[in-house]
Order: sequence, then structure tokens, then C-alpha cells
Amino acid sequence: MNFEVTEEQKAIREGVAAVAKQFDDHYWGRKEAEESFPFEFHRAMAEGGWLGITMPEEYGGAGLGVTEASIMMNEVARHGGGSAAISTIHINLFGPHPIVVFGNSDQKSEWIPRLVSGKDQVCFGVTEPDAGLDTTRIKTFARKVDGGYIINGRKLWTSTAQVATKILILARTTPIEECRKPTDGMTIFYTDLDRSKIEVRKIPKMGRAAVDSNATFIDEYFVPDAHRIGEEGKGFSYLLHSLNPERILVAAEAIGMGHDALGRAARYATERVVFGRQIGQNQGIQHPLAESWIELEAADAITMKAAWLYDAGMSCGAEANAAKFLAARAAFTACERAVLTHGGLGYSKEYQVERLMREVMVFRIAPVTEQLILSFVAEKVLGQKKSY
Amino acid sequence: MKVLVPVKRVIDYNVKVRVKADGSGVDLANVKMSMNPFDEIAVEEAIRLKEEGVASEVVAVSIGVKQAQETLRTALAMGADRAILIVAADDVHTDIEPLAVAKLLAAVVKEEEPGLVLAGKQAIDNDMNATGQMLSALLGWSQATFASEVTIEGDHALVTREVDGGLQTIKAKMPCIVTVDLRLNEPRYASLPNIMKAKKKPLDEKTPDDYGVDVSPRLSIVKTAEPPTRKAGVKVGSVDELITKLKDEAGVI
Ligand SMILES: Cc1cc2nc3c(=O)[nH]c(=O)nc-3n(C[C@H](O)[C@H](O)[C@H](O)COP(=O)(O)OP(=O)(O)OC[C@H]3O[C@@H](n4cnc5c(N)ncnc54)[C@H](O)[C@@H]3O)c2cc1C
Ligand SMILES: Cc1cc2nc3c(=O)[nH]c(=O)nc-3n(C[C@H](O)[C@H](O)[C@H](O)COP(=O)(O)OP(=O)(O)OC[C@H]3O[C@@H](n4cnc5c(N)ncnc54)[C@H](O)[C@@H]3O)c2cc1C
Repeated sequence: MNFEVTEEQKAIREGVAAVAKQFDDHYWGRKEAEESFPFEFHRAMAEGGWLGITMPEEYGGAGLGVTEASIMMNEVARHGGGSAAISTIHINLFGPHPIVVFGNSDQKSEWIPRLVSGKDQVCFGVTEPDAGLDTTRIKTFARKVDGGYIINGRKLWTSTAQVATKILILARTTPIEECRKPTDGMTIFYTDLDRSKIEVRKIPKMGRAAVDSNATFIDEYFVPDAHRIGEEGKGFSYLLHSLNPERILVAAEAIGMGHDALGRAARYATERVVFGRQIGQNQGIQHPLAESWIELEAADAITMKAAWLYDAGMSCGAEANAAKFLAARAAFTACERAVLTHGGLGYSKEYQVERLMREVMVFRIAPVTEQLILSFVAEKVLGQKKSY
Repeated sequence: MKVLVPVKRVIDYNVKVRVKADGSGVDLANVKMSMNPFDEIAVEEAIRLKEEGVASEVVAVSIGVKQAQETLRTALAMGADRAILIVAADDVHTDIEPLAVAKLLAAVVKEEEPGLVLAGKQAIDNDMNATGQMLSALLGWSQATFASEVTIEGDHALVTREVDGGLQTIKAKMPCIVTVDLRLNEPRYASLPNIMKAKKKPLDEKTPDDYGVDVSPRLSIVKTAEPPTRKAGVKVGSVDELITKLKDEAGVI
């Protein structure tokens, strides 16, 4: 067992921090108030080559693993940008994974370099209003026609669809009744997001106003055969490949945000004097903060373990889920405590922690909820009967 | 023209330093270490000279503990072509003195034959401000210190120096040593592709023995003390009170 951070991993953290630090609280506060996409941050990360961290070297990426991507995203989250900074680039890291693994060489050489350079941005159309977490029940259907498919359906929560140039769509190509297994008969498409034909309606939401999430209406949309990833009907199994890395990344991101909030709280606790002493001298203030540090570090340990397992080609489902579960909770609690530590000012926008608290909630819900993680662990690790 | 850039691994400028209990120095165990900020500026300048076609190769050299390899990788990730690490200490608390560093650099210069040495004006840990000057003396080369602007014109370097109360521009005969100041440039950040490239660039490891230089200390640290903590300020009620206090208590007017 070895917990030593490599020279390269340190350099990655420093390189990312250098970019992230150019975007201060003021920038992120303004982006939220204006509800405008952080294009400047996206460009800076693309220029630094960071969007290609997990992409193969032959297509302009760095060919590194989920471990390095987690370090990168953890650092992105530590500098005030919260989940807005994360979501600006997150989908571009893990989303194209099915293309990398199952795309043909024409698709890869045409699409991946454009994602690495930031010329293309992809959004992820999986969740649907009538299916929820039961992905096999999606209604979006791709009907085979000459030279391609006609897609009809509705997606929900499609993040960044207001600005993305590409969309990854999961659609049924065989009705569920005709499939041997419910997970069969779904297909992945990577295609242009033409907003004159696909209607993208922004969802007003609790936090992260800078980065949009949307209801997406796909109506008789033609997609050529060349935009289908891999084989027809195997889409769900392709998607599974990217689920564990995404959970690991989300965990690393949540932990980064938690540390950002905790750092702000700890600083404030040493500055604010009430009843003649620093508030942090009271155990009522310092103990909850110490507890948050412990929780975040514990979550970090299992996150990096899951990343290591994944990169070593070992199974990591339970660890990836556990990491996402622990990290989201630890980060949520850290943000809550950060608000409380600031007293009344914690509730004001000026100290940023209320923004972090609103933004951190999403990690407990997406990409998978706490209930479903518990159901998974109960079933797969503890041998209980499947409950969902 | 080859450019040699010495870089030092020092405590990160953001770290709040703590004096060791025995007063022998600053606690460096488990603290963040980085490239000396002035050396970053020197590396940046060297890379710019290469990008302008003035320099042909940038060689970074570091003298210290083995971990200084990280610092050299940073220089390589910024754009230096290759690196030399002279492992001269085992303990991170051992600071190699300027004279020993200058002697080692002089030996490297004789081997590498650069046309220019770009160094930081001082290291932020011991603030010696001596290595560049000593190197110049050992080599018999011209020196230009505290540079805020550097232009190479044929066999001369035109260097603007930040001196007390203003700027001085001097013309120094090449080869020469230039030590750089804060306002010379703003160093670039390492991009991911360059971090990846840096892994493959050559990094030679040497020892002081390879150059026949004795690095044993000539100075001993008698005491290290924290700066006095600033006392809390006081609020005054009126201009008159302020003037009285400035006169009677502070004694400044
Ligand atoms: C800000 C944001 C951005 C998002 N971005 C994207 C995106 O870009 N692309 C995308 O495809 N999706 C995206 N999502 C969707 C996200 O992945 C889903 O919201 C999430 O998977 C939960 O699904 P759902 O909302 O349909 O909840 P539902 O499935 O409706 O679940 C509702 C509640 O019931 C619980 N529940 C359901 N079944 C069971 C059971 N059997 N046992 C116990 N409890 C159960 C759930 O745990 C949950 O608490 C985003 C969501 C948010 C909030
Ligand atoms: C939306 C909003 C509306 C408000 N409206 C009004 C209003 O109309 N009129 C008005 O007068 N005020 C108002 N307030 C102020 C509110 O009453 C104060 O914010 C609250 O009393 C906390 O005081 P503080 O913000 O100064 O926190 P601080 O006193 O700075 O406390 C900061 C933190 O330190 C903790 N702490 C302090 N001392 C100790 C100790 N000895 N031991 C343990 N913990 C300690 C506190 O519990 C808190 O968590 C409002 C506040 C908000 C957020």
C-alpha cells in the first residue's frame, strides 16, 4: 500500500490551482448573479490542456487515469468556484468515455481533439422525467430510417445544454417489451446539439445558477448512422463503463468544495472576536470544524482508493459508490457548519459560504441518490435481496 | 547560446513559517516547498529568450536535497530543455551556503559553457543575495544584478536594474551573470501537456564530489527568532488625541 503522491500528481495540483486562482470569489459571485456560463474559466482550463487529462494521447490528451482527474477536479473545487466551476468542465472529462472505449477511429479522431481543445462542449442526455433512476424505463426512442435514426423523446436535467455543441443521447432502439433483458435495446448517440431543432428549456434551481440544467425536447431529430457509438442495443452496457469513474470524480469534487468551505470557516473562526475571544477558541465552534476535517479526509481516502482500483483495472463499484456517498455528506456538513460558524454573516452573500451550501446539495442527489447507493451496497456487498 | 538557470527549492511563500524549538532554523518537515519565486522569473526569462530565438537551449540546475528533483521538473514543465540535479544534502533542513553553491555552479558553467546565467536575485528562505555575485567573481564574468529588463544585443546584455530610488541601465559584456528582480516578468504556469513532456526530458543526477567541491558549512546559525508579533492598534477619539499620541507616545512628531 502506498499513499505517496507522485511528482506528477503534485504538479497537476499546482498547475490546476494556478489556473483556478485566477478566478476569485468576485468572479463566481458575479457569474451566479448574472446566470452566465463561466466561458472564461472554461477557456483557461482548455488552454492549459486540462480538458484532455483522461483522453488518449494520440488524440491530444494526456492519457492519465481517474486518479489524476480526481486530483484535478478536487483542486478545481477548492477555490471558490463551487459546483459551478466543476460543472463547467466535469461532463467533458467522463462523458465522452463511451466514445473513447467503443467509438471507431474516425469518430475518435474527429471528435476527441475538439473536446480536448474546448472547441466542442458536450452535454449528457440520460435522465428522463418518467424514468428517474430506473434508466431502463427511458421513453426516448430512436427509430431506424435510411442512413440514420429519427429520435423522439424528453430529457431532464441536461446540464450545459444551453451552451454545449454536442449531446450524448441514450435512447431506446428496441422497445423494452421486446428485449430479453430490460438493459438491452438501448443505444448511445453522440451528435450535434442543434438548438433550432432541439428545444432546451432552462430549469430554475437551488444553486449553481451560472451553469444551466435543462428540460430537453427532442422531436423528430435526424441523427446519421455515423453518430451512433458502437453497436445498436448495447448503449446501457457502454454507459456503465463511465458510471464508476464519474462517481469517483464527483466524490473528489465534493471533498474539494468541503475543504473550501471548511477553510473559510476556520479562517473566520480565528478572526471573529465575540465575548472577548476568537470564536474558534470555543469548542462549540472548533469541534464541529475538526469533525468536518476528519470526515472529509476519510472520504478522500476511500475516493482515492476507488480511483486506484479503477486505474488498476480492478472492480470498484462498491468503493466508488461509498466514496460518492461519504464525500457528498461530508461536504454538505462542512458547508452547513461553515455557514453556522459565520453567524449572521454566513447567511449573507459576501462570505460565499451560503452559495457553497446551496451548491453542495446536488452531490447528494446526482448522479445517483443516497438511497440507491445504499440499495446497491446492501445487494452487492451484503447479499441482500434487490430492493429496487 | 545556451542559458543556465539555477533554481532552488524553498519553503512556499504562502506557508506561515514556524521556528524550530531549538532555534536552529525553520521547521521544514511536511511543509509545502516550491521553486524560489525569483528563480521562476529567471526560468521564464530564459524560456522567453529561447522563444525569441536568442537562446538555443535552457538548462536548469538545482543544488540541494534529492527532492529538488520536483523543482527541476517544474522548470522543465515551464519549458526548460534539460536539468541537472546536484544532490548535496540528505536532510531537508540543510541549507547549502552561497559560496559552495557558487563553486558548484562555476564547475557546471565550465562543463556546459553557457553564454548567460540567469539567476534569482536571492532565495526567499535565507535572503542571502550572494550566489550570483560570488559566481561572477569565481568565473571572472561580468554581472548585472536586480534586473527588471534584459535584452541581448550581440555580445552585450542590456540590463535595466532596480536600484534605490530609480532605474539604472547598464551594458554588460557577455558571457555574463544576470540576477533577476520581481518586476522582470510574470512567470507562466505549467500546462498539462508540458507537465507530461517534462517527464520525458533528461534530468542528470550528480554529487558535489563529481565536481570536486566541498560543501561543508562555513557558517553556523547561532539563533533563529520569530519576528515580534504586531500589537493590536488603538482607536483614537479625535484629531487632537491622535496628535498627542504621535508626539508623546510614538515620538514621531
Ligand atoms: C443540478 C443537476 C444536474 C443534473 N445534470 C444531469 C445531466 O447533465 N444529465 C443527466 O442525464 N442527468 C442529470 N441530472 C439528473 C440526476 O442524475 C438525477 O436527478 C438523479 O439521478 C436522480 O434521479 P431523479 O431526479 O429522476 O429522481 P427519482 O428517480 O425520481 O427519485 C426520487 C427519490 O426517490 C428515491 N428512490 C427512487 N427509487 C427508489 C427505491 N427503489 N428505493 C429507495 N428510494 C428510491 C430516490 O433515491 C430519490 O430520493 C442532474 C440533476 C441535477 C439536480
Ligand atoms: C437574515 C437575518 C436577519 C436578521 N435580522 C436582524 C434584525 O432585524 N435585527 C437585529 O438586530 N439583528 C438581526 N440579525 C442578526 C442576528 O440576530 C445575528 O446574526 C445573530 O444574533 C448572530 O450574531 P452574529 O452574526 O454577530 O454572530 P457572532 O456573534 O459573530 O457568532 C458567530 C458564531 O460564533 C458562535 N459563538 C460566539 N460566541 C460563542 C461562544 N462563547 N461559544 C460558542 N459559540 C460562540 C456563534 O454561535 C456563531 O455560530 C439578522 C440576521 C440574519 C442572518
